[in-house]
Amino acid sequence: MKAMKTRTKGGAGAVRAVRTGGGISFRVDVRAFVVIVLLAAVAAGAGIVLIGSGDYAMTPGEVVSTLFGHGTFQQEFIVTDLRLPRVLVGLLVGAALGVGGAVFQTISRNPLGSPDVLGFGQGATVGALTVIILFQGGAAAVAGGAVVGGLLTGAAVYLLAWKRGVHGYRLVLVGIGAAAMLTAATQYLITKANLVDATRAVVWMTGSLDGRDWAQVWPLLVVCGLLIPLVLGHGRALRMMEMGDDSAYALGVRVERTRLVLMGCAVLLVAVATAAAGPIAFVSLSAPQLARRLTRSPGPNLAPAAFMGAALLLVADWIAMDAFGDRQLPVGVVTGVLGGCYLLWLLVSERRAGRI
Amino acid sequence: MQRLTADSVTLGYDQRVIAENLSVEIPDNSFTVIVGPNACGKSTLLRALSRMLKPSRGQVLLDGQTIHAMPAKKVAKTLGLLPQSSIAPDGITVADLVARGRYPHQGLLRQWSPDDERIVEESMVSTGVRELADRYVDELSGGQRQRVWIAMALAQETPLLLLDEPTTYLDIQHQIDVLDLCAELHETRGRTLVAVLHDLNHAARYATHLIAMRGGEVIAEGAPRDVVTAELVERVFGLRCQVIDDPETGTPLVVPAARGARNVRGARVTDSVGA
Repeated sequence: MKAMKTRTKGGAGAVRAVRTGGGISFRVDVRAFVVIVLLAAVAAGAGIVLIGSGDYAMTPGEVVSTLFGHGTFQQEFIVTDLRLPRVLVGLLVGAALGVGGAVFQTISRNPLGSPDVLGFGQGATVGALTVIILFQGGAAAVAGGAVVGGLLTGAAVYLLAWKRGVHGYRLVLVGIGAAAMLTAATQYLITKANLVDATRAVVWMTGSLDGRDWAQVWPLLVVCGLLIPLVLGHGRALRMMEMGDDSAYALGVRVERTRLVLMGCAVLLVAVATAAAGPIAFVSLSAPQLARRLTRSPGPNLAPAAFMGAALLLVADWIAMDAFGDRQLPVGVVTGVLGGCYLLWLLVSERRAGRI
Repeated sequence: MQRLTADSVTLGYDQRVIAENLSVEIPDNSFTVIVGPNACGKSTLLRALSRMLKPSRGQVLLDGQTIHAMPAKKVAKTLGLLPQSSIAPDGITVADLVARGRYPHQGLLRQWSPDDERIVEESMVSTGVRELADRYVDELSGGQRQRVWIAMALAQETPLLLLDEPTTYLDIQHQIDVLDLCAELHETRGRTLVAVLHDLNHAARYATHLIAMRGGEVIAEGAPRDVVTAELVERVFGLRCQVIDDPETGTPLVVPAARGARNVRGARVTDSVGA
């Protein structure tokens, strides 16, 4: 295998072509690759610290050796059965939200076009709350309700925004309208609830990784394992669609089909993530944009967005657990605060650039 | 039989019919220009030829096959399109944008072959944007940007290239610049070009084959010298004019009649009212 440097862009790092015998070739954006490695390191580091913290504290060294099967029986139990699932759920939810956000922001050509602005999170919330409040369902039923709610919202928004192809602006407007109506439905459901159900509903709505176990990990792992590679496989077509439907079509992209597949995957990823951890605010909005600013590369930046989402969520969870002493917060509160600051900054910088 | 033809197509959007039973052949190796007044269906025809618009009746044939039934990437290797509006992604460099033209020739495991690299380089050289390769597209002038988009379409390496009003929004110098480039591609690379143009004089100067449309019908087609006559311009555009020889190229040059001469009919009406 040989790697050759094809050119250097103005300060933005190099794009290398990696070629093997037999005509196989890949394009590797070196900077994006480095960003991915760094984000993976941050996520892994935060995960190790998270596993080590709690009533039974462990050093990072102990955590790592336990993960590799060299811990005591007690450490093994605490790490594998109690704390690892929480971290894995965090990683997968973060990656799913990051990819979902990158897909929607690219399709809508709008940094605000993320699933939590477009109403998919709110749709999942209405689904979950319906199960909690009207049927007093168990955890699995609540997760199922969230997935169904998210998917129905996705289908409704797609159909309402569809007119000879989905247009970005219309998608955002329809989504914001859907989000507002679904928020009203959420509030209505809470007023109908008794105290116990209402408490459960509000806790669910904050978004948290507390008490997540392997029962949440497996379905997430299956969905992410299937859909994230599928989305990444469509990444090159999505990059062509950034230039407008006509240009992409002229280059041989089946635009409408690609868009349907990608939106379906993204809605499902966001719905399953929400089912596992509740509606965690702002990760899908901010992860793709932050990733793009780090890679400084055009395009949807799908893989960097996934790693950014995972790193963001775990760091936020670590802040939620440790930063305020004994008072633990749900991770949704931290991402909400961080994301709110980011949203303000985004609005200010877009305004300065004259785009809004 | 020519490579690209429209066979009695009916074209329209939703219920609105723009052209009915329209048949057109694009002569191989020609520089065909479609002209006509606004809303005559020229852009609609180009959209149908480039399979952006599916005819409600009839079919567009590429190499004898119905274009809408062909695999998208296969068509994209034969027929390129420069749409009227394309969006340059934020923060993309010229070289990266031109490289995107290679998409139909690539796959998941064949993302960047030595051929891709060579052809992108050649496309930038022949459109004169090689020295802009590392610049960001958003900081270029309108004329430079249009050259970059043409370079991208060239990198697609299609024997047929369709251009939808490639000179719109450009000043006169850059209009000529883009048309010179098209003529060069046609002459030296033997590509078949089809363009929609607004300016009849540009069309007459650069086209080897002219299609004049009005109301969704082809009124006349052929070499500009045979097609562009005072009588035809009046029929197609409703404009009284003289057609003289272009002093530079000898091609037909349309000179609109002076205001007084054009208003003859109106003046007569006024006269009779006055009488």
